[in-house]
Amino acid sequence: MALLNLHLKVWRQNGSQPGHFQDIEAPEIPDHASFLEMMDIVNERLIANGQDPIAFDHDCREGICGACSMTINGMPHGPERATTTCQLHMRKFRTGDTIWIEPFRARSFPVVKDLMVDRGAFDRIMQAGGFVSIRTGSAPEGNSIPIGKDVADAAMDAAACIGCGACVASCKNASAMLFVSAKVGQLNTLPQGQPERQRRTLGMVRQMDAEGFGNCTNQYECEAACPKEISVRWITKLNRDYAVAAVKDIVGAGRQQAGGEGGD
Amino acid sequence: MSAVFESLTRFYQSSIGKKTLVALTGAMLVLFVLGHMIGNLLIFVGPHAINEYGHFLQTVGHGMGVWVARIGLLAAVVIHIVATIQLTKANRAAREQRYGCEATQVASRSSRFMIWSGLTLLAFIVYHLLHFTAHAGNNYGSYMTDLDGHQVHDVYKMVIAGFSWAPAAIFYVIAMLMLCSHLSHGVSSLFQTLGLATNKTWPIFKFVGHAYAALILVGNCSIPIAIWVFGYGH
Repeated sequence: MALLNLHLKVWRQNGSQPGHFQDIEAPEIPDHASFLEMMDIVNERLIANGQDPIAFDHDCREGICGACSMTINGMPHGPERATTTCQLHMRKFRTGDTIWIEPFRARSFPVVKDLMVDRGAFDRIMQAGGFVSIRTGSAPEGNSIPIGKDVADAAMDAAACIGCGACVASCKNASAMLFVSAKVGQLNTLPQGQPERQRRTLGMVRQMDAEGFGNCTNQYECEAACPKEISVRWITKLNRDYAVAAVKDIVGAGRQQAGGEGGD
Repeated sequence: MSAVFESLTRFYQSSIGKKTLVALTGAMLVLFVLGHMIGNLLIFVGPHAINEYGHFLQTVGHGMGVWVARIGLLAAVVIHIVATIQLTKANRAAREQRYGCEATQVASRSSRFMIWSGLTLLAFIVYHLLHFTAHAGNNYGSYMTDLDGHQVHDVYKMVIAGFSWAPAAIFYVIAMLMLCSHLSHGVSSLFQTLGLATNKTWPIFKFVGHAYAALILVGNCSIPIAIWVFGYGH
């Protein structure tokens, strides 16, 4: 086990007050520590010295919950591909390195404290259409709706999104298109998602815009930063689905059949 | 009527709706640029060919054709520019606090430069129209020649005169470099925005976009360079 001596530049901020970078020395960090464990060590030392520990989000620490965030050296979740911050290890850094640690920056992700941001915007986008309506009651027979293997696999690829927000943080425009496209795409791909397909697509995009996220400029920084390697082809599909849904909305298709001003 | 209008307004106000319009108007301009270049390259065929082409453009559809094209292109340019400026402003507003340490992993330089290459092209289009269409500050409009017994505008002489002046030739070449940069991101990007790309076809779209940008650069720059540097037509 090697020990690393690191120089940290950590963003410190209290709510909506202006923030600043604090230089923190982090000597003797074991290289087998995860990035979050390094933060724990730094915090323990700060507390021992009577200083304010650094606030950061974390939960499962096994790369599946989407809670941990942090932009490390300008890259959400750090430089490792397909890796969350909790799964990033200090052996990827060298002793003497300066590490910039910042929150996921976007107007729609207001800073709560230090590195913690409020990602409630994603929840509100999900509420706008990230669901299927089903009858409650006894569980339906699992194989009653036949779903092709390729369709199920594609939906599963989209469902791998853990909603961490790295796509927004990495995007030059703080756009949430990769997140929204994965969530819309997952349900729009499956037969269970078809009844609400149009309403979902319009509703989730509208909420995304209302939250103040930027617009996609097809630069694909999101895909490079995504810890779950969600493909930008989901954005292609969202663009296509949205154009179709918008045209149907403009001409009112689906309303006459329903016998009135139903739907959205 | 008002319900349709409401839906159309919502479409334009949405990020994807605006982007779709940018892609569609961009596609129109992409095709125009190719047609414009092919027509202009007739200058290498000789005075008769390009003057005949110029006369054809002026007279097609009893002189209406050129106006239909002009109005269509003007509409496309206005929508393309207004929507992209609105999108860019929204993009800037979406990240108020910039990163202390900025990193770019895959975004191309051209893709990050789109608004600036685009605004340079806007300035170029204004200059280009004043230079060769409105003949502002020059007497190119008085150049006439005989074409099969008709007195027509001497396009050949105008182009040779226009590019014999170094600042104009240099500005045209710079503008074409901007156009090349703009197209190298824009052409493939429109297939993504219109939802037409797949994993299989994306590498083709990307290659076609780069090749198209290079073709337009070489084709368009060949004219001022041939005239200004190599003295073509003198």
